[in-house]
Amino acid sequence: MAEFIDLVLLAMLAMLALTALRIIFLKDLFAVVMLFGIYSFLSALIFLNLDAVDVAFTEASVGAGISTVLMLVTLAMTGRKEKQSTHSSLLPLFVVLVTGAALIYGTLDMPPFGHPDNPVHQHVAPRYIEESPKEVGLPNMVTSVLASYRGFDTLGETVVVFSAVIGVLSLLGVRRKKKKDLESGLETHRVLHVVAKNIIPLVILFALYVQFHGDFGPGGGFQAGVIAAAAFILYALVLGLPKAFAVVGPRFLQWMAAAGVLLYASVGLYSMYKGGQFLDYNQLAADPIAGQHYGIIIIELGVGITVFAVMLNIFYAFGSQAERSNVQ
Amino acid sequence: MLEQHLAALPIILPLIAAPIALILGRSVLSWGFATLVSGLAFLLSWQLLSAALSEGVISYAVGGWAPPWGIELRVDAANAFVLLAVTAISTLVLVYSKHSIEKEVKATNHTLFYTAHLLCLAGLSGILITGDAFNLFVFLEISSLATYTLVSLASDRRCLTAAFRYLVMGTIGATFILIGVGLLYMKTGTLNMLDLAERIDLYDSSRTINTGLAFIMVGVSIKLALFPLHMWLPPAYTHAPSAVSAFLASTATKVAVYVMIRFIFTVFGIDHVFVDMGMGIILMVLAVVAIFKCSYMATVQSNVKTVLAYSSVAQIGYMILGLSLVSVSGLMASMIHIFNHALMKGALFMAVGAVFYRVGSVEIKDFAGLGRKMPLTMAAFTIAGLSIIGVPLTVGFVSKWYLVSAALEQDQWLVAAFVLVGSLFAVMYIGRVIEAAYFQKLPESRSSEDIKEVSWLMLVPMWVLVIANIYFGIDTSLTTEAANSASEWLFQTNNMLENKVMEGEVLEGHAIEEKAQEVSS
Repeated sequence: MAEFIDLVLLAMLAMLALTALRIIFLKDLFAVVMLFGIYSFLSALIFLNLDAVDVAFTEASVGAGISTVLMLVTLAMTGRKEKQSTHSSLLPLFVVLVTGAALIYGTLDMPPFGHPDNPVHQHVAPRYIEESPKEVGLPNMVTSVLASYRGFDTLGETVVVFSAVIGVLSLLGVRRKKKKDLESGLETHRVLHVVAKNIIPLVILFALYVQFHGDFGPGGGFQAGVIAAAAFILYALVLGLPKAFAVVGPRFLQWMAAAGVLLYASVGLYSMYKGGQFLDYNQLAADPIAGQHYGIIIIELGVGITVFAVMLNIFYAFGSQAERSNVQ
Repeated sequence: MLEQHLAALPIILPLIAAPIALILGRSVLSWGFATLVSGLAFLLSWQLLSAALSEGVISYAVGGWAPPWGIELRVDAANAFVLLAVTAISTLVLVYSKHSIEKEVKATNHTLFYTAHLLCLAGLSGILITGDAFNLFVFLEISSLATYTLVSLASDRRCLTAAFRYLVMGTIGATFILIGVGLLYMKTGTLNMLDLAERIDLYDSSRTINTGLAFIMVGVSIKLALFPLHMWLPPAYTHAPSAVSAFLASTATKVAVYVMIRFIFTVFGIDHVFVDMGMGIILMVLAVVAIFKCSYMATVQSNVKTVLAYSSVAQIGYMILGLSLVSVSGLMASMIHIFNHALMKGALFMAVGAVFYRVGSVEIKDFAGLGRKMPLTMAAFTIAGLSIIGVPLTVGFVSKWYLVSAALEQDQWLVAAFVLVGSLFAVMYIGRVIEAAYFQKLPESRSSEDIKEVSWLMLVPMWVLVIANIYFGIDTSLTTEAANSASEWLFQTNNMLENKVMEGEVLEGHAIEEKAQEVSS
């Protein structure tokens, strides 16, 4: 059985390499974006095979889902053909070869794959596995590590996402539509309308499930935020940006993005106020386990809010630019 | 309460302030708020430095989880010293930026500017203070993203290409660091730097570890713009808003230099990096070439901001040169220069920004006759320029003095000569600007224009830096004391680690022998 899984893994890695090579040589950017999506799905499958379900879920929703959408919107703005490059590709090729050789050299001393005596399984991991159900109290250890033991990293990652929207807004900005542009979207496609209207509530429901079930199974704020944003993006694509603006406007999303970060940080501040260290959830309730649980639920909510708001706002920024360039 | 959280507050404060600045929305409000927060961060880092100097190491376990399971913040004399410089420059630049930004950034983007500035400050503080290799990467990402945003905010369209190049190079650098940290994790199973240091040597002479070292060094070298990986820097500093150039030139690359010092001294250990891997000679050669080549490049530019940008790359060469000497005095010269260069370049870029504010251009020919029209600005430029050259009674002299004497300590005559050649080039590139400002007449076409001194809000921060240039050039006790204890501390930890490893190996040996006996019996 184990050998069969190894074979599957090898096959998938080979497909990954093939996809990457194809991406390099293709000139049609639309096809490249599609291949990027395939690449992400393949990576997600590999992660799944390695029993890293949370990572696989994130890769599928972020890498294959939202990134593909954002890249497609960018293509709508810029066109789908790659321009002929005037640069010589010898030096980059050399750099890539050296980097690749270094990486291969680095793997020569690598600990054997999946061996229980490997350093990664021997040092910090045992405590996470043995103690986290008692200390943090969650069945999903990945969430325990991400949200509690290394909660500061997750706060940092949330701020990275927040920084991304600051960057996009400063470059593009979201333009509000004038009345005459109202006929954007795919108003005339009846079937799409009906299907979208039926799917969107389910997607949002699923996002909420992923958000609040992250303590027990794979999921959490990052994935949930992306999925919820996908539902709104679908709405905006089918009914047009102005209608989506009427539901949640870009200005409101800016506040939401900030509010998510602040919600996360406020948990840290409150635990400082209670006499603990920053982000010490034990302080949140009389019972440390309950405190951990409250803390993780609130910070995951903060992550979800920020990720949702940022993703949707980036889409708005790209989308309103793309529509403008189409009108011209 | 303040005492307990002193190590964490310089990161948390700007981190929380950034979204609040975005919510405030109005340009003036977010400016005032950002300045206030940055000033508070400065006061905190002042306290942190004095605490670190008196107590040694301050460790803070975020979330109450002890390292290596949780994330540790670790403050010592070295990073508290750099943090002090970063927060001081950030505060002064923010005061300065109110008018400068009004001229150079679109009104709708002012709030975003201050938000990005706070994010950048939070990221830089996080990089400095954290004791966790992956946490360092996270904060590196925050500061990098904020930096690209800041560069791209200028109204000059060319800033977009510059920011894009910076983004591509910066992302490659960050990815290399991540790959390196990943390889280290694979071999050690830990991310905490101190813990890494202890466990790395147990598995010494490993290819995976050495590849990790190589990736981290190359990644950090891109971030700190070490020659020949500096190509992103001149366009970025040239086309960014002046306030951003002033901030980044005096903080971002310095923080990256500190990261390199930290990885060499407290994670890999100098014996490994310099003796086993022979990186000292590579760094020294690159540093010397950077000093020579980029100082020369600075003399042939026509845009003053480009001149200063190339000069920055050369100055980074001095810092790397100091650490490549592998001695307490060499490292001390690096640390002093990190601080001093922040003072010089901050003042220079602020002066150039003031010229842009009034004249609308920073070409050398447009500096003609400004010595009379903007006496205070040009005086500031001149004094800070003398400091770059290394004239006595300025901080530049102190830096060069320590660097040259550290080089001579090891009989590196050639290296010392290159440092002085770099100074000669500095005379040329600073001299060209000063010549234009004081000895050329204002062109006829401009004499009718209303060119006058900038407002006090821009002059005060500029002159605070200029006075600091002179003050720390005469009274060197603070900088040398801090830099000295910082570098001694770094060497101490390094030795401590090596001793610990020796003991560890002995213990390991015992354990193996016992096991062997068990097996045989």
